[in-house]
Amino acid sequence: MTATPALEAVSPKEIPAKTGAPLLAVEGLRTWFHTFSGTVKAVDGVSFALRPGEIMGLVGESGGGKSVVGFSILGLIDPPGRIEDGRILFEGRNLAGLSEAELRQIRGRDIAMVFQDPMTSLNPLHTVGRQMDEMLQLHTDLDAAGRRARCIEMLESVGISRAADRLSAYPHQFSGGMRQRVVIAIAMLARPKLVIADEPTTALDVTIQAQILKLMRRQIRDNGTAMILVTHDLAVVSEMADHITVLYCGKVVERGPTDDVIRRPAHPYTRGLIDSIPDPAHRQPRLKQIPGAVPDIRKLPKGCSFKDRCFRAEALCGERVPELVVQGDRAHACHYPLTEGDSR
Amino acid sequence: MAAGFLSSEFVHNYKRNASAIAGSLILVVFALIVVAGPLMVWQNPYDIAQLDLMDAFKPPMWLEGGEARFPFGTDGQGRDVLAGVLYGTRVSVLIGLSAMAMSCVIGTTLGLLAGFYGGRLDAVIMRIADIQLSFPSMLIALFLMSAFGTGIDKVLISLTAVGWVVYARTVRGSTLSEVQKEYIQAARVAGLRDGKIIRRHILPNVMTPLIVVATVQVGTFILIEASLSFLGVGVPITEPSLGLLIKNGFDVLFSGLWWTSVFPGIVIMALVFGINLFGDFLRDELNPRLK
Repeated sequence: MTATPALEAVSPKEIPAKTGAPLLAVEGLRTWFHTFSGTVKAVDGVSFALRPGEIMGLVGESGGGKSVVGFSILGLIDPPGRIEDGRILFEGRNLAGLSEAELRQIRGRDIAMVFQDPMTSLNPLHTVGRQMDEMLQLHTDLDAAGRRARCIEMLESVGISRAADRLSAYPHQFSGGMRQRVVIAIAMLARPKLVIADEPTTALDVTIQAQILKLMRRQIRDNGTAMILVTHDLAVVSEMADHITVLYCGKVVERGPTDDVIRRPAHPYTRGLIDSIPDPAHRQPRLKQIPGAVPDIRKLPKGCSFKDRCFRAEALCGERVPELVVQGDRAHACHYPLTEGDSR
Repeated sequence: MAAGFLSSEFVHNYKRNASAIAGSLILVVFALIVVAGPLMVWQNPYDIAQLDLMDAFKPPMWLEGGEARFPFGTDGQGRDVLAGVLYGTRVSVLIGLSAMAMSCVIGTTLGLLAGFYGGRLDAVIMRIADIQLSFPSMLIALFLMSAFGTGIDKVLISLTAVGWVVYARTVRGSTLSEVQKEYIQAARVAGLRDGKIIRRHILPNVMTPLIVVATVQVGTFILIEASLSFLGVGVPITEPSLGLLIKNGFDVLFSGLWWTSVFPGIVIMALVFGINLFGDFLRDELNPRLK
């Protein structure tokens, strides 16, 4: 676990007005993978909503189904995976019911994605300019000169100097952090309404992480874009996101405004994640960690999936799967949620 | 761009590799023969009007009875062996190159499709390839030629039917590993069609190993064609390739008329040798694992 350097505090958080229809509403999404050794319910009844311009953190451990949510939204689940159930309403249209041709129109233009590893997310054989141009050719009516101008403008806005020269450079001529800037520039080129960032800083140096996060937040806010930040790093989310959705074994276990969830988590799993962030203010000999490991998702235990690792588990937890209980803007799925008194 | 290539590691290593230089020199000579061969000799061996049966079986010029008109002697029809070899080299090389190009296009396409889409398509293409690889390629070519009959077009079809497998397997393997990479995901996320992803993003990234396969395969094809022609099921007798020249001379080889067979034999050996020398150099240079 690497420590994430703190961003300089942005206060007050520029949260857009919390009114109007959601940009994206995922309702009861189930994406299952039918493998030979059993059905992997990678995403099993996930719901959340995102308003225009909002940043949502999608948090969970490795193998928790976070990335699958992102690919489900874009309709890029390959066999043996399948979206079994649920609706993905983007501006009122259900993406889960669209044809491949209709989805291609949405990918890149309305919804873009930033990947984890900038070393492999650019084609090594094409210049950066060509890869940027490809996106604009697909999704805009600009002529060659217009596309070039837009590419230069975009590269400059992600902090790449001598942008016009850099268009003819190949990815290997950029450092890791610079490449991720290029990847972000490509994602923002067509002015999408939603960006899905899948662990965008995990593969980067700790010193670069803060810069890239700051850059992403500025891009998002400047363009009024909404973002789903998929990460295992709660520290990153706490700096960036307006609200958090915590996934565990393909299910939402907790949801709510970032500050509120961090200050008083209701689900013991969220609490565990928060406790395992290293805190320089309270030095301790050992980092707290959640005992045990994520169970095999093909053979989930009866009842609550988290019960074997939970310090509060009771008999009921082994019998019934806890339902998601919604209270105002908070929601949790736990039989024995933590209350104010249990929190730090 | 050109200056960059000349100062590249590739050129640097080439200059220090004697066998690569030897191989490419041989290939340059053969390139000249293919382009300008007919201009180097006075006789057109395919034009019956220029042949004179009185000239039959003349020995090479340095032997007794040899003439300067026929530096390497003549065959049973009074054809100049040198002219026959130069024309025959053209036929052999052009067959080798065209069959390689056809195999490459077909094999690469099938390999890309199999690797990209996987599933049933992949299974069908690759099982056909597996079955085919369980027979010697010579046997398949021989079978096809005896079914089609002789002719340059039929030789090309047979060689392509034999040769596509190598490309399909190589390309499928590289495609499978490329598809895993995030830039392919990124292209899909950008809304690119499958066809464009395959052509623009995967194809350029799987090309390198093909250069090596293609180079070596030209040599193999030249030999297979020579064998087919030698066995009498290859090119027609009116436009002999090197293999057919060897066969024509072979009938009289043990009568002491060795030159009609031996010279085309030496030429085909030199040609394939040159191709393999250069192919080995390419293989070492372009294989990232040996770097």
